[in-house]
Amino acid sequence: MIKLTNVSKEYPNRGYALRDISLHVKKGEFAFLTGHSGSGKSTALRLVHMSDRPTGGEVRVTGYSSDRVSERELWKIRRRVGFVFQDFRLLPGRTALENISFVLECTGTPRQDIVPRTQRLLAQVGLSTKAGALVHELSGGEQQRVAIARSLANSPYVLLADEPTGNLDDRATRGVMDLFWDINAQGMAMLMATHDLELVRRYPHARVFELDNGRLVYDSAVA
Amino acid sequence: MHALREALAAFRRAPVLTGLASAMVGLALFVIGLFGLATHNLQLALSEVEDRVEIPVYLRDDARRSEIDLAQMVLGDIPEVQSVRYISKAEALERAQAQLPDFSELFDNLDVNPLPQSLEVKLRPGERTQVVVEAVSAAALRYAFVEDAQYGREWVDRLFALRRIGAATTVAMGSALALVAALIIGTALRIAIFARREEIYIMRLVGATNGFIRRPFLLEGAIAGLIGGGLAWLMTWGTYRGVYAFLFELAWIPPLWIGGGLASGAAFGAIASIFAIGRHLREL
Repeated sequence: MIKLTNVSKEYPNRGYALRDISLHVKKGEFAFLTGHSGSGKSTALRLVHMSDRPTGGEVRVTGYSSDRVSERELWKIRRRVGFVFQDFRLLPGRTALENISFVLECTGTPRQDIVPRTQRLLAQVGLSTKAGALVHELSGGEQQRVAIARSLANSPYVLLADEPTGNLDDRATRGVMDLFWDINAQGMAMLMATHDLELVRRYPHARVFELDNGRLVYDSAVA
Repeated sequence: MHALREALAAFRRAPVLTGLASAMVGLALFVIGLFGLATHNLQLALSEVEDRVEIPVYLRDDARRSEIDLAQMVLGDIPEVQSVRYISKAEALERAQAQLPDFSELFDNLDVNPLPQSLEVKLRPGERTQVVVEAVSAAALRYAFVEDAQYGREWVDRLFALRRIGAATTVAMGSALALVAALIIGTALRIAIFARREEIYIMRLVGATNGFIRRPFLLEGAIAGLIGGGLAWLMTWGTYRGVYAFLFELAWIPPLWIGGGLASGAAFGAIASIFAIGRHLREL
């Protein structure tokens, strides 16, 4: 589902963010990507999402290769890969329902299907009663749930999350993690970047990759 | 449909910003409108003067009527010539009396009519150029009984020089103003796009195609341009009415120019939008 083979990313004037990384996340697998701040976790996620291209090696995601995919085709990958951020990145001034239906409009879902599908997604993340709430009226945990529902709108094969619990309290973190595990149980590959090792230890069945200074220093599957 | 809905929603969500963009387009096009008004009236004034461009061909007193008729026919056959009219000595005197009433006593006491008979050559509209005037004048002078074919060389030269300057100024100023308008519209739209950068980012993130992202902005630009064009038209009309009422008479811009102004407002908006959103998408 996600395969990085000898992937490097070098930025002009900033040096290597990633150096010769190889990792493989299979369908239905839940993997954590850990490491200190600046270790290259976010860069790795951006490469998987193909928001950025590697300067060396190959990234394969849901059958698309970074070597062959053109700029014009990137939208196809992005519909197969959901992305959740630490700061939620919801559109302010819009309701929870509008934030999700916006995605469906963007990807050409028939008009009559948008509202029922959005309501199903809100139900999936436990926010059926908050459909009409504006973003600022929601708690941090609720905003992250809306963001997760939005990331699921295109029925992706892979879900990427970049420090999704970084802004949440313990209770909200637990709720979001339960949600991720539920989603993963339906067969979706999950790659979540976090620096919170305490959180990682709570889920011993998950696969763990550790990055240090742009290099992969630990893979729980081969340890 | 989505693009139109989103474009209209942008006006609803950020009325100040989009209103500002329209106002900036309006001001830019208003300057072009004023320039158009001035150019149009200058052109009208020049055309009026140009209408008076005619070539009087003075004939000797001993010219035979049959020779004059032949010359009249030959000159009339020149494609650029609209009409050739024979003016007898008597008619020339009558005209002089009518045009110079202060000298009526002098004219009444004349023993002999001193004015020559002539052919009055008028050119077709659009053919009243220096080259044609010179060519027709030269053709008339080939007849031995033609004494002179004057066309006020200096006057005509000045008129055509003025026309050339007018045309060059129109092109240069018009292009400069259009460029300034395009830059202003582009800046206004970049501000509008910057205000919606998060929305664009999310659209890209979830797999919207570039075309899908561009379309609402393109329409928004076109609508802002059209509203700006309308504002410019209103402001130009107001200025025209003011000048007409308090300063001097002038003609209103032809409807085709107004249509062109509105269409170019919309086109400017759309084109500036394409550039602005294209740049933004490349930077993302």
